[in-house]
Amino acid sequence: MPAVIPEDSVGIVEPQKIEFTEPLHLSCGRTLDRYHLMVETYGKLNEDCSNAILICHALSGNHHVAGYHSMEDKKPGWWDSAIGPGKAIDTNKFFVIGLNNLGGCHGSSGPNQLNPTTGKPYGPDFPIVTVDDWVESQARLADYFGIQQFAAVVGGSLGGMQALQWSINYPERLRHCMVIAAAPKLSAQNIAFNEVARQAISQDPQFHDGHYYEENEVPKVGLMLARMLGHITYLSDDGMRSKFGRELRSGQISYDFTPQFEVESYLRYQGERFSTEFDANTYLLMTKALDYFDPTATTGNSLATILAKAKAKFMVISFTTDWRFSPERSQEIVDALVDADKQVSYAEIEAAQGHDAFLIPIPRYLNVFHAYMARVEADTPNLNCEGEH
Amino acid sequence: MRADLDLIKDWVEPGKRVLDLCCGDGELLHHLQTEKQASGYGLEIGPENITKCIAKGVNVIEKDIEEGLASIKDNTFDTVIMTQAIQIMMRPDEIVDEMLRIGKECIVTFPNFGHWRARGYLAFRGKMPVSKFLPYTWYNTPNTHFCTFKDFERLCVERNIYIMERTVVDNGHQHRWWIHLWPNMLGEIAIYRITK
Repeated sequence: MPAVIPEDSVGIVEPQKIEFTEPLHLSCGRTLDRYHLMVETYGKLNEDCSNAILICHALSGNHHVAGYHSMEDKKPGWWDSAIGPGKAIDTNKFFVIGLNNLGGCHGSSGPNQLNPTTGKPYGPDFPIVTVDDWVESQARLADYFGIQQFAAVVGGSLGGMQALQWSINYPERLRHCMVIAAAPKLSAQNIAFNEVARQAISQDPQFHDGHYYEENEVPKVGLMLARMLGHITYLSDDGMRSKFGRELRSGQISYDFTPQFEVESYLRYQGERFSTEFDANTYLLMTKALDYFDPTATTGNSLATILAKAKAKFMVISFTTDWRFSPERSQEIVDALVDADKQVSYAEIEAAQGHDAFLIPIPRYLNVFHAYMARVEADTPNLNCEGEH
Repeated sequence: MRADLDLIKDWVEPGKRVLDLCCGDGELLHHLQTEKQASGYGLEIGPENITKCIAKGVNVIEKDIEEGLASIKDNTFDTVIMTQAIQIMMRPDEIVDEMLRIGKECIVTFPNFGHWRARGYLAFRGKMPVSKFLPYTWYNTPNTHFCTFKDFERLCVERNIYIMERTVVDNGHQHRWWIHLWPNMLGEIAIYRITK
């Protein structure tokens, strides 16, 4: 809980629910006749709607990107370190949009929301959504705000994949594309980890094939295991060694199966907390969206060929100890962009925090972020410069 | 602007696609972009330089050239430039080959170890030359592969590299008429424009 809202915070923010009634045809062949998106915005949209920045979230993210919902909040939004007055994405200048993607569990249409045709929660019947579908729904969100072209579309991890897809699907609708800690598609190892997570959830007796809402139950253990596994892939070996090492909670080994090493209790804590905050069906959907992401899949053309149609300028960032989406994966994106003769800059940030580093205010990362956003600013006509937010 | 960079600028025709290896803070590329409408990228490994490039609006890619340029396709660039860095490469000959593979032509600049001051230092003091211009001692210098103009030109002959243009400047990056009388003795920095 902040005693006082910091000066560089967007302050107390309120989400809004936006309804869409035009049917959305999804990659899986099904159609969402109507849906809603949970959205937060920070800063002020300028008159010609040219200063908007879209933030795309990762696997477990949502619309609450920055600021606080109340003075009782323990933590600000998930990317508060990067967004606010005077921060890398300066809300004195830009209008920032965060949303909860379709299929999410924080208020947008998804498994835990009521299906308007049945009046019951969608549950496992919510259609499989892809990065393409998200981009389409985000484009409609831009239409809602009257934004023809984003100053930038920005995302980390799965969010970076959405930013990349934006540059391909709507080349005219963004001037800059920031792809952070992402990959052009998942590796077999990435998919394998996701599958173990999905199995942990679906094998939980309380999962009830996804109909656990009706049973008033939650597949807590499955979700917890999925998160524990995921969490290991977000950290680095070095990071875990320096954070936990082989430290024991009580100072000595007790020769039983209770959690004794610090790392065990940490993972259990993270898993348990997540299992009370997140929806199991959404976790399944998000991991599938990750697995299916591959901009080259439908045509079989190379990534460079696909990216040839992009018009945005790109900033690609990776982190040295990220092994979930390693620097080599970001370099694949950079190589394809060079091959396609696109404007791209690339920085590989030295960081011990693994994949999680993209959410952490590492000084060099913030310097690069600030420098690039100055470029976004230079390419944005009629910025808000009066310092309001 | 550094005078050697100013000379290089004249060798890049307008609108060309350029790659600057070890681009530093992006000064040259920035000038080529604004004055010659050049496109392209700088490769750099220094964090501060990378941030400076980004701030200038220069496209910079963090990449260690020593790890290879294999990911770049043949003839991707019109001009590949490397200023004052060939002498710190593990294998200058391989770098030059790679530069000529990915670029149609290349511009290379390096300090001349055959300059009279370096020769005199070694001849009379019997020690590896240390000067304002070459400020390192033998054990901590990044300059592992010094060469003279003659050495470089011999490499060009051996590898069938065609020298399109060359010039030499002094320490202050100035052209002086007398340098051209005996470049390998009097020139401090060599600037070569080469192609295959």
